Amino acid sequence: MKNKIKVLRAEYELTQEQLAEKVDVSRQTINAIEKGKFDPSLPLAFKISKLFKMSIEDIFQNE
Amino acid sequence: MKEKKEPRAKLERKNILSLAFWTGAWVITMAISTFGSLYLWESNALLSVLAILLNFAVGIGMILANIRHLNSLDELQRKIQLEAMGIALGLAVVGGLAYSSLDQSNIIGYNAEISHLVILIGISYMAAILIGNSRYR
Repeated sequence: MKNKIKVLRAEYELTQEQLAEKVDVSRQTINAIEKGKFDPSLPLAFKISKLFKMSIEDIFQNE
Repeated sequence: MKEKKEPRAKLERKNILSLAFWTGAWVITMAISTFGSLYLWESNALLSVLAILLNFAVGIGMILANIRHLNSLDELQRKIQLEAMGIALGLAVVGGLAYSSLDQSNIIGYNAEISHLVILIGISYMAAILIGNSRYR
């Protein structure tokens, strides 16, 4: 699954560590999601979309 | 009033330390129950039973600490743990029974001990954790 987290993170000037802290996961998890190695659960996807004030579909796209 | 949630990393560190403490205590009580009857109280059945009961009780504490530790992990870390436990358990059943068959068929010249199985579980679990972590790095 592709996602725009890296771009959004840059727009909001957040490090992986800061984003991880805001959505209550480890930095490793944010890194794995950004690289497309791990697909987040629905609750985590909701947390991320709420933080960036976007819908889940706008952030995550099925390849 | 809403209770302030403890930061995840801090909670995780606390649970790892707790698990390390309980694991260390379990290893020490295991050593006492194993070698105590040989070197400390020389075949006193009551002391041996007490040492085994203590080891069992501390073992329960270790299991509970491990559950708390797993619950404090995030979803990726749990996935890595789950895969590692699956590999360790699978290898323990498949490898353990094959090893036992080798012993029963007298193909190996020594007895298949439970400690060999514990070593296999420990090594395969640690290897699977390392591989899992490097895969999602």
